Order: sequence, then C-alpha cells, then structure tokens
Amino acid sequence: MSVMVQESRAEQVEQLIINDFNINVATVNGSGSQTSNNMLIRSLYKMGIPVTGKNLFPSNIQGLPTWYNIRLSKDGYLARRERVEIMICMNGATVAEDMESVVPGGIILYDDSLPIANHRKDVKYYPMPVKSLVKAANLPYNLQRYIANMVYVGVAAYLLEIDMNEIKAALAWNFGGKTKPIELNWSMVTAAYDWAKANLVNDQPYRVRPMTGFNEGTLLVDGNTAAALGAIYNGFTFASWYPITPSSSLAEALTKYAAELRRDPETGAATYAIVQAEDELAAIGMVLGAGWAGARAMTATSGPGISLMAEFVGYGYFAEIPAVIWDVQRMGPSTGLPTRTSQGDILAAYTLSHGDGKHPVLFPADPTECFEMAGVAFDLAERLQTPVFVLSDLDIGMNLWITKEFTYPDKPMDRGKVLTAEELAQFKEKHGGQRWGRYLDVDGDGIPYRTLPGTDHPAAAYFTRGTGHTAYATYSERPEDWEKNIQRLARKFKTAAQLVPGPIADEVEGARVGIISVGSNHPAIVEARDRLRERGVETSYLRIRALPINNEVHSFVEKYDRVYVVENNRDGQLYEILLVELHELGNKLISVSKCDGLPLSARWITEQIANQEGMQK
Amino acid sequence: MTATPTHTPAARAPKVNLLGLEKTAYKGADSTLCNGCGHDSVSARIINAAWEMGLKQQNVVKFSGIGCSSKTPAYFLGMSHGFNAVHGRMPSVATGALVANRTLTGIGVSGDGDTASIGIGQFKHLVRRNVRMVYIVENNGVYGLTKGQFSATADKGQTLKYAGTNPYMPLDICIEALAANATFVARSFAGDAKQLETLLKAAFAHKGLAVLDVISPCVTFNNHETSTKSYAYGKEHEIPLHELNFVPSFEQIEIEDYEDETEVQLHDGSWLILKKLNADYDPTDKLLAYRTLEEARQQQKLLTGIFYIEPETPNFIDTLNLVETPLTQLSEAQLRPSRESLARVMAEL
Repeated sequence: MSVMVQESRAEQVEQLIINDFNINVATVNGSGSQTSNNMLIRSLYKMGIPVTGKNLFPSNIQGLPTWYNIRLSKDGYLARRERVEIMICMNGATVAEDMESVVPGGIILYDDSLPIANHRKDVKYYPMPVKSLVKAANLPYNLQRYIANMVYVGVAAYLLEIDMNEIKAALAWNFGGKTKPIELNWSMVTAAYDWAKANLVNDQPYRVRPMTGFNEGTLLVDGNTAAALGAIYNGFTFASWYPITPSSSLAEALTKYAAELRRDPETGAATYAIVQAEDELAAIGMVLGAGWAGARAMTATSGPGISLMAEFVGYGYFAEIPAVIWDVQRMGPSTGLPTRTSQGDILAAYTLSHGDGKHPVLFPADPTECFEMAGVAFDLAERLQTPVFVLSDLDIGMNLWITKEFTYPDKPMDRGKVLTAEELAQFKEKHGGQRWGRYLDVDGDGIPYRTLPGTDHPAAAYFTRGTGHTAYATYSERPEDWEKNIQRLARKFKTAAQLVPGPIADEVEGARVGIISVGSNHPAIVEARDRLRERGVETSYLRIRALPINNEVHSFVEKYDRVYVVENNRDGQLYEILLVELHELGNKLISVSKCDGLPLSARWITEQIANQEGMQK
Repeated sequence: MTATPTHTPAARAPKVNLLGLEKTAYKGADSTLCNGCGHDSVSARIINAAWEMGLKQQNVVKFSGIGCSSKTPAYFLGMSHGFNAVHGRMPSVATGALVANRTLTGIGVSGDGDTASIGIGQFKHLVRRNVRMVYIVENNGVYGLTKGQFSATADKGQTLKYAGTNPYMPLDICIEALAANATFVARSFAGDAKQLETLLKAAFAHKGLAVLDVISPCVTFNNHETSTKSYAYGKEHEIPLHELNFVPSFEQIEIEDYEDETEVQLHDGSWLILKKLNADYDPTDKLLAYRTLEEARQQQKLLTGIFYIEPETPNFIDTLNLVETPLTQLSEAQLRPSRESLARVMAEL
C-alpha cells in the first residue's frame, strides 16, 4: 500500500499543475466565509500569482448558498473561468451539485459532517474533520461558526502549498493588527494545517508557487473602493446616496476614507458632506442642488435607483446642472438579481428621462479606471454642465481585482465655465457686446456660462427652471425659443463627444475581424482573442470608454469585415446604439450578448465568435 | 387686545433699507397668477420683510417645486438665484444647495399639493434634518394649475365643481412638521399682512428650518363659503394665538411690560415677542402645540401664530461639522489630499 502511494505521488510530481486552476469555495451566506476567502486570495496575490476572485452571493443576510471562485492563472488571465479543479464544500444544501461540478482529475475538500451521497471515481476526496478541529480549538461559542471556515484555509494551504506566512500576514491585515482575532483565526488555520500534514497523503497535482513579473506595481482592490478614492482625490464636495446593492460599498468607502483624508488639519471639520438620503429621488435632488450651487456633487446607485432618478436627471440635462451618477449595475429589469452583475443599464443611462436628451456615459473597465474616471466624470460634468453617468457593475465594484496602482491626479480640476462677479462685469466687453445670458452660447460649443448663487453682482441671478426658457433664462413657450435651446443642447452633446475619454484600440495587422466591447468584459476579451488566434482567427479590439462615441469608433468599424459587439445584457444595448449612430456601417456589426448574472467568460466569447466565423468561411 | 409695542418697523422704515436699497429693488417679474390670488399677497409680504430686514439678495436663494405657489419665487427678490425644481422635491434640492454653500439664506415656497401630497416624504425629511431655511406652504387645499383637484389638505366633505366631494381627512401641515421634529412651526393667513410679515422675519432669523403654513385662498377654484381655505372663512374665523412682534438684531430692544408676555431670543440675536391672547399658551411646549393644533383641526378653527419654537437645536450644517468656508469655495489644495497620502492608502490596501 505504502509503495503504491509512493509511486502515485512520484507520478503526480511529474505532472504538477502550478498556478493554473480554479478553486471554488461553497459556503453558507453569513457564515464568515468572506474572511477565509479573502485570506486565500490575498495570500496567493502576495505570492505574486495572477489571481481573480468572483463572489457569487445571494440577496440574503444569512443562510443561502454562496460561492467564491478563485482563478489562478500563471499566464495572467483574469476573467471568470467556468471550470473548477478544486472544490471546497462547506454547505450541505449544495454539496451534491458542487461535487458534480468538479472536472475529472480535480479534487474535493469537504466538511466530513456533510451528507455525501456518492463518490466519483475521477476525482480525489479530502474529508476535513471541521467539527472536531473546532471543538479541539476550544473557541468561544459565538465565534465557532465563523472561525470554522479557517479550517479549509489551513487544509488548502497544506495541499496546495500556500505560503503560511502570507496567510498570517493576510489575517493581520484583515483584522487591522488586532491581536485577539488574529490569534484565534491563526490558531484554527495552523491546527487544520497540522492535521492535514499528519493525516492526508498529498497525492494530488495542484500546487501554488511564488511568481514574479505580474503583480508588481498592482493593487488588489474592488472598484467601489477605487471609485470612492478617485472622488476624494478629485475634489468631491458633496455626495448623497441611498443604500442599494451593489453600490452601497462605494458610498461607505467614501465615508470611511473621506473622514481620514478630507478634514481641515486644524479644526477637524469636513471639506465635504455626505448625506444618506431618504430615497434615490432625494439623493439626486440634493446632488443637483449642490452641483447648481457649485459643489462637485455625486451619487452612487444601481438600476432601480436610476429609474427613480429619471425625472431629476432630465431636469439636470435641461436646466444644465453638473452631477455625477455612479451606476454600479446589477441584473434587471425590476428588482432582478440584486447580487448579480450585468451591463443592462447602457441604454437607460444614455437616454434617461422623458423627452429628448442624452447623457455622457463612462465605462470603467477595472478599479484603476474607476479611480481615474471619478475625476474625469467631475471634470466633464462641470465642463458640460450636465449629469454624467459612470457605468460600473457588480463585478468591478464588489469583486477584488488585480489592477494597476493609481496615479496621483496632478492635472488641475476643470471647474467649467463659471463666471465670478468680476468676469460677469467684463462679460459684455469680452464677448463682442453681448450681455450675459445663462443659456446663451457665445463660444459656439453649445456650452453657456453660469453664475453660482452667492455671486456678488446685481445681475448674477437667474431663475433655474425645468420649463421652456430663453437664452436669458426667462420663461418662454415660443416655438422658436424652444427649438433654439434644444438644438443648442444637441450641439453641446457633439462637444461632449470630443471631450469624453476616447476608445482604446488594439489593432492587429491583417485581421479581418473586429471586437468592440465595454467595461468589465475586458479580461474575458483579452483571453478570448488569444483563444481565437490559436484557432486561426486574428482580431482587432476596440474598447469603448464613453458615450457619445467619436470618429475613432467609426474608423475602426470601417476597417473590418465584421465587428462583434460583445456585452453582458440580453438585447445588445451597445450594439443598438452603434447601429443607430453608425447606421451606414450597420451591416458589419454583429451582436454578441449574454446575460445570466455572471461575468462573461472567455470560453463563451470565443465560441460565439469562432462559430460565427466558421459559418462565414 | 391691541398691543402697543414701541417698534412698528413698517412705520419707522425709511425709504431705503440698511443696504441703501428701495423696496422696489426687492421685486421680481410680474406675477402671472389670477387677480386676487393669496399667493401674490404672500410674495408682497416676503418683499417687505426682506427689504425691512436688509437681506442681501445675492446671498438669498429661492426654491420651489411645481404648482401655482411654486411659480411665485420669480415674482420676488429678482436679484436672488432661484431654483424651480420638480414636483414635490424642492426640499432635496434646497438641502444640497444650502449644504454646498452654507452662507446662503434659503427661502422655499411650496403649495399644499407640492408639500402634503407628492412631496410629503421630502418635506418631512427636510424638517427632520433641520436645514436652515424658511419653508412656506401656500395652502389652499386645491390644485390650481391642473384646474381644481383636491390636495391632501382639502377639508373632508368639501365639494368642488369638478372633483366632487372629498371623502378624506386632511393632513395638517403644522402637525406633520411637529411630528417630524420641526424647530419652528407657525401658521398664518395670506390676508393678515402684519402677522405674516412678523412671522416671516422671525423665520428668517431662525437658525433651523422654519415651517410657515400660510392659508392662501385660491380665488378661482376654492374661494367659496364651504372651504376653510377661502377669504371669507379666513377673515371670519382667524383666531390669532397671540399678537406678535419681532425685533431684529440690529434694533435695540425696548419693549413695554406686558402681562402674559413671552419673549424668545433667536439665534442671531433677534427677539420674537408674543403677547398672549390665550393665557396659557407657551410656544416652547411641544405637547401643548400638538394639543392646540389637533383641537383646532377638530373644530375647523383657523388658529394662527407660532405654535412651537426651539431656537437652539443644531441645524444640518452643525450636524455635518462642515468647514467654515463654503464647500463651493474651497481651493484645489483643500480638495485634493497629498500625493504621500495616496501612496499610504495604496500601501494599506
């Protein structure tokens, strides 16, 4: 028997699979598994391994199943991957299907008190005596449930050879250096590790090894934290919000970091205000009031929130008030899947509210872009005097991403065309004898000048209204006044196309096929392009970073025979916009869209494009 | 019953105010409301009060929602910025603007539909936050602009030409304000110029949110005998709780001794003097305010005056612990933390 084991181990050593597999952890929501999972991903990240964590959690406080999928990729692919090599089963309710989901040759670590129906022959099982290890640890009763999840950290660390020092460092980080919880959790990890070492034969092939060359110069952070920091470093002065998954953690991070970073050093008073509103209507109302008065004002919400904000957003568009709206998208329509990701609000955000009107929309692709676009959005909103949307999503917002370190923003903030009392006094002289009018376009870019309340000049005041108005902000129902104003707003939107972040192209010589996409699909597209290349299909890629689109999108589509528009929604909403705006090139566009609540995978994108390309050949 | 205060500001007032401005400088555009509309009387009182108090219009911001009343900010204080918001949601706009620039003086004008029907939620939260502003409800119990539907303050059993008979009990704006922890709750009648002006001045001097429920008859749709919100009803049934006098902070206080008199010093140093008509009425007694308002409602009495005042409760700006400089005027150096701090934050991620 021992000889057999020796042989099998020797055999496995030759076929070790290093830093290239998925771990899926199945737990019960509210059992504290988040901490354990973070310990795993953080220690792997600190070992230099490219790693991605996707948290699939229920809309529930406690009791429903949760999965945390960790992908290790020595090649640096960070998209969600569907296959599971290592399953960690801690939830009796899902254990049967969880065990079935493992690929042949995979391994299963499971709480040995779970009801196990059948054993597959093509996978290896490692039972973990969770109950007895917890009992032996003699933990306070109220903590037992939470700390029990540290058992799988210890067993996985042994089997995969995760650096225990990194796990300890991750614990210290997680608990902010507080000795007691660090020690309690660490003792559970080490007890499980020691048990595994003494009792398990490590005859499975999966291993982790320290790496260099990928994680240097990066952060492991979620997009909501990045967005909050971006707002703080780009001078937000007012935020109002109403709790809604998956955007709440953005406002909470803002609250936490602003309290540290944005206080007057002498008095401790705040250089910002954050107001938790009574609903989303009030949140956007406060943002418009603050933006109108001259604050850099923002809100963070998700789909149901933008539905509620629709009326005020139209007001902001028409009365020309800066506002930044973060929509961390979740799956709709309706309440939908509150804890699942989507890119389903593209059309809604672009055209929100009744009547004619379109809004600039930014698409960050990772937390670093969330940080950057937080500043870009404020600059655009104040320059264009209009509500600007930033469409993040649950995948970027709430999952941990390996992302480039943030660059300190040292460019001056663009506060837009705001007249001081002195500038107002000189306005006529500077603008060819024209008297200042709040909605008068003197520069030809559709953007008028505004004054802020409190401006000490008798002619500074104007009456802001959502009703028809002239260039001088007086009430008007005259058809020509209405048309002139609404056409100027259309002209302003053309200016917006020149000011928003342009697309990023990665073009391949000789490619006949193009891919257009936005936001969090980026890692899956990068990987899909490599898979497609292996199958003989070279692709060029254009990542749109904002609406309205500019001419670069047009030139890109023009160059290729077929352009696949890849997005995470049912209807192909970006495709529909491009179809209208590039109508003369519309027959080149092919929609590749999917919505099942999960981030797109490279495998799905590859198959979609490969199949259609096969049909073309 | 007539009090004889030493100051009757209207009589003393010179042709120009403290800022050297004539009263006409406080006007706005011409009103487009119906002739005889109570709302125009309220606008005239606002003009008078603001002029007499020497308010600098550039530091005043006007807010409103949607409806006849909400049009009126265009008709007064033409040198003040105005924000005519969406229906029922002026409170949130005002909150944002007044937090963004703490030096602004806010005045909101709303109606009974705008405040008590579509806007009751935002109204109560504005009150709850104690945002420093004057909040006037021009209350006529009816929708005028859409031609005569009942609002939430319409009397039960009242009949209107098109809307029929109202089967619901009205909401009482003062009781709603009190229940939301208002720090200044008053009611007046558009036809009572002197009282309304006094209450307006006190409201401007108040440090928190001042709710002024002004019964302002709709001459077109709701000015008939069966309505408690008609001129005839108001003139016959108005019962002032007290005679009011207001002494602004820039005038020296010299008042004769009365019996049954209460003085309340407001945060800016002004005084509100209440000559009691009802011997037991104490405007700092919240339970008494509830009882008085509820009894008036049950008896359909138009009781006017100041029901409740609490001058010292922290306002929203106090609660937020904001820097003294308006948030809108902070420099880039104050708005952008240091490069080192970002490096530190990233190291801790």
